[in-house]
Amino acid sequence: MLCDVCQKNDATVYLTQIVEGKMQKVNLCEDCAKEKGVSDPTGFAMADLLLGLGATQQIEHGGQPAQKCPVCGFTQIDFKKTGRLGCSACYDTFADGLANLLKGMHKGLKHTGKMPAKLSRRFAMADRVKSLETDLKKAVKNEKYEDAARLRDEIQKLEHELQA
Amino acid sequence: MTFDDLVTHAGQWLRGDGPHDKIVVSSRIRFARNLKDRPFPGWAKKAERLKILGEIQDQVAAIPAMDDGYNAPLQDLSALQKQILVERHLVSREHASKSAGSAVVISHDQQLSIMINEEDHLRMQSLLPGLQLREAYKINNEADLFLEDRLPYAFHPELGYLTACPTNVGTGLRASAMVHLPGLVLAEQINQIVNSVGKIGLAVRGLYGEGTEALGNLFQVSNQTTLGEAEEEIIDRLVKVIEQIIEHEQNARQMLLERRANMLLDQIGRAYGILGNARAIASKETLNLLSVMKLGADLGLFPESAQLAVDELFMTTQPAHLQLAEKKEKLSPEERDTLRADLVRAKVKKIPEPDIAKVTPTSNGNGKKKDK
Repeated sequence: MLCDVCQKNDATVYLTQIVEGKMQKVNLCEDCAKEKGVSDPTGFAMADLLLGLGATQQIEHGGQPAQKCPVCGFTQIDFKKTGRLGCSACYDTFADGLANLLKGMHKGLKHTGKMPAKLSRRFAMADRVKSLETDLKKAVKNEKYEDAARLRDEIQKLEHELQA
Repeated sequence: MTFDDLVTHAGQWLRGDGPHDKIVVSSRIRFARNLKDRPFPGWAKKAERLKILGEIQDQVAAIPAMDDGYNAPLQDLSALQKQILVERHLVSREHASKSAGSAVVISHDQQLSIMINEEDHLRMQSLLPGLQLREAYKINNEADLFLEDRLPYAFHPELGYLTACPTNVGTGLRASAMVHLPGLVLAEQINQIVNSVGKIGLAVRGLYGEGTEALGNLFQVSNQTTLGEAEEEIIDRLVKVIEQIIEHEQNARQMLLERRANMLLDQIGRAYGILGNARAIASKETLNLLSVMKLGADLGLFPESAQLAVDELFMTTQPAHLQLAEKKEKLSPEERDTLRADLVRAKVKKIPEPDIAKVTPTSNGNGKKKDK
């Protein structure tokens, strides 16, 4: 049996892991096992390894083959090699392909945990602007122009703060 | 704080008390964080990595908990020093292989350790004795709140904290507990536990990941996924599972005492005999026998003082710690095995023989007497 990673040498390391009832199997040659850190299993997760296999094909299907991150110059080929991304902007660059990958890897696709307080204030403000804008439309429609003027001022004030 | 200070004052988790500390050795919380639009450490060129390190290191050192802490760029550490930090669980193996462009900052009490430019720009972890995942989370969170005001974190409104590896995206949280499960291993129930924990999306790994028969009967239980669940939910779920594992382990120990007391005493007696008389012993065998001694101490077969001695040996018999004690840069494996045996023998000789009377009376509990 050939190594799943390099497809050159005979596989001598066989790994099996069961996650949520699904069995994953990988066969590796000694060199690839060493390179992927399998000989040091403390820092090793099967998912990381699988990233270098089937998972990277998913990211490729997502976009055009020659996609490159405008911020750091990272490409899909680099991802295939390392199983790591180049910078935070890569998450937008490769968003389509990553969505598939993340679906198979995590519980959900939306972060529901904590966020930096600074950002959470900004997000709250942006949400407030959106809801004020709907109120404004309503006010205009109902010809409540005094309310509309007040809402407009409030929106402008918030947008000014958001840009700061 | 110098490296020597760090080594002589062992981390609290090593000798510390914590809830369920007989079974849960330590609890660890790790956050992965990165700077916005900057190349991740694995992709950054050396100059960029150094620049990022410069921007982060001062802020990390300014965290109140890092007052009088240890702070070093990795190129200043010898291979032996790095290995000591790995054996103390203060840096990862991956981080120990780094050099210029990476650093580690450790708090004075060694509860908080922050790796700069590991796989992510920031890997912060807190480590506490016993089952204290929520407390460890608090320590980590405080450091995180301090840094988020001062560093532009990479955060995505949908995907949360962005990380070099997509397996960590979202909370960037890895919560894990190191559990000591000799009862379940001896009762041959460990595979069931490992399998069922795997089914609910948590991972169980051996201390050094060697399949299910882990070294020293030590296992790490941790969350596998980081996106789609809030931090508290991840931790609550893990704590619940660990509490169940504790119960299973206690039941297994009770079952062994009631039905297989002789086998149990035989194991403990042999461990005591070998450790007290060996002239050369490898680290693997040492860990496995120490685990059985620890079980004996938990069951009251050895006096209280033995507990601490055994716990300390888990650490001091590791290769780098032995080497450090001998103050030699290079020891051959044979020299190490001899030294290890000397060290263990000296400590175990001070422990009285297992007090069998503590165990045998329990068999009358259910009115069933097993024939000898």
